[in-house]
Amino acid sequence: MWLGEPVIAAHRLVKQYGDFRAVDGIDLAVARGESFGILGPNGAGKSTTMRMLTATLQRTSGDLSILGHDPATAGPLIRAHLGVVPQQDNLDTELTVAENLFTYGRYFGLPRAYLRTRVDDLLDFAQLTDKRSAKVESLSGGMKRRLTIARGLVNEPEIVLLDEPTTGLDPQARHILWDRLFRLKESGTTLVITTHYMDEAAQLCDRLVVMDGGRIVAEGSPAALIREHCPREVVEVRFGSDRNAQAAEQLADIGQRHEVLPDRILIYTDAGEADLQRIVARGFEPITSLVRRSSLEDVFLRLTGRSLAED
Amino acid sequence: MTADVSDAALTPPSRRGALYVAEYRLRNMWKWRGSIVAFGIGNPVLYLASVGIGVGALVDANGGGVDGVPYLVFLAPALIAAAAIQGGTDEAMFPSLHGFIWSKLFFSIRATSVTGGQIADGVLLATVVRVVFTSAAYWCVLWAFGAVGIGSALPLIAVSVLAGSAWGALILAIVAGVHDDSGFLSLVGRLVFMPMFLFSGTFYPLSSLPLAVQWIGWISPLWHATELGRWLSYGADLPPWQAAVSIAYLLAMLVGGTLVARVRFERRLVA
Repeated sequence: MWLGEPVIAAHRLVKQYGDFRAVDGIDLAVARGESFGILGPNGAGKSTTMRMLTATLQRTSGDLSILGHDPATAGPLIRAHLGVVPQQDNLDTELTVAENLFTYGRYFGLPRAYLRTRVDDLLDFAQLTDKRSAKVESLSGGMKRRLTIARGLVNEPEIVLLDEPTTGLDPQARHILWDRLFRLKESGTTLVITTHYMDEAAQLCDRLVVMDGGRIVAEGSPAALIREHCPREVVEVRFGSDRNAQAAEQLADIGQRHEVLPDRILIYTDAGEADLQRIVARGFEPITSLVRRSSLEDVFLRLTGRSLAED
Repeated sequence: MTADVSDAALTPPSRRGALYVAEYRLRNMWKWRGSIVAFGIGNPVLYLASVGIGVGALVDANGGGVDGVPYLVFLAPALIAAAAIQGGTDEAMFPSLHGFIWSKLFFSIRATSVTGGQIADGVLLATVVRVVFTSAAYWCVLWAFGAVGIGSALPLIAVSVLAGSAWGALILAIVAGVHDDSGFLSLVGRLVFMPMFLFSGTFYPLSSLPLAVQWIGWISPLWHATELGRWLSYGADLPPWQAAVSIAYLLAMLVGGTLVARVRFERRLVA
């Protein structure tokens, strides 16, 4: 239920390159203040969708409205109110950290006096105050990412769009970044995030769509998607790659549904511990076993027949 | 409670996008001010000392100068135009390769309210500033060497700026279509800039060359700027129609290059 007009609304949105449909007729709507995720493997059409949402790629067909305007005719107007964090940090390596923020602010026509204060605030937000005079080259991957995000906030955007914000970062850097994005979310900024990390989507997104092959295959909150598509728990057992398929046949009556992956068997069930005990009671001795809660990864596997990690 | 955005009056983006891009380029140039000034002054000093005075003494001793004036005076308008065109090449080509390929900086700028066309305009504006500086510095050195009179300052600098900017606009339009820079730089340097420098009547009148290669001069902005410069500097013989054609040719290159660059930047950055 919407409390107002969506800030982003797409209807039958298509992007076609020759014979290839990168985005194949998707519908989506993002409400103000919402944290919206686009989850999918590489090549699903996430980044192409994102470029259309950032008003830097024209659609082939369909309708798209961003902040009440059509990006085909009002691109600069829309972009003036967006914060874009691209997949690759295209920072200016010849400028310092602070100069990157200042220069970027100038592109939006922001006054120099305002920017001097704004840059200080953004450095504080990105936890880069002590790096303000450092050259970009000297920053770690996580710091560059935080700087790119801070740069995307310089114009106090109404919507911040982040394309794969934590790809390539180590776990600690990811958690620092998530913390920053949480703060943004808490401040009421509308976030649109593409990711192929299900834990990231689960952490950050109020609602998400799962994309595969240019289409949206599911939509909902992370919890609702898991509830809708998977039993509560998963038993993961490994018997060795040459024995998994045979073992799966013999365990077919345990749990509600199986997925046999090359390296392990996933048994979906509402009673993980009990089912694992039943497996052991039958004389099976898994090399490793694990009972966990169902996740978005399982939803994706269910919907597409593929693991996100395979892509 | 969330606001209804369907009729939202968003603050319109600034129309000064090109100025902001030029400001960024100038800020960047400022970081290189030492080498820009050293190159802007040092290059003409070395050139005039070696070719102008050295070769000039030989030419003057054997033939009594060229075109009725000492060799240094004959050479000066060509050197200042060549320096302006070199400056235009540097400022249009390297930032554009940087922006499109090396750092992809233009792709971050196009995510703001600045349009692709404004990015092209901004880079060109900064190129013009660089060319003005290069031409003015070169003229000062030429004057110090006695190669030009004080009265030639404005017209000679203006012609050089026009040539450097026109060439810069053309380079900008070309670079907007370059996706793989391997080979491009040496292609421009060896097959375009060097032949232009050598066959544009820079060191001797174009008419001394066989007719078969004179066309290089006719299409070269350097030759047009040199012809205009010699006319303005020491009153070389130039029919009014040829002066008009040269000015029109350089203006057409400037306007045409700018328009094509705008379109190609826009297409490449907002596909």
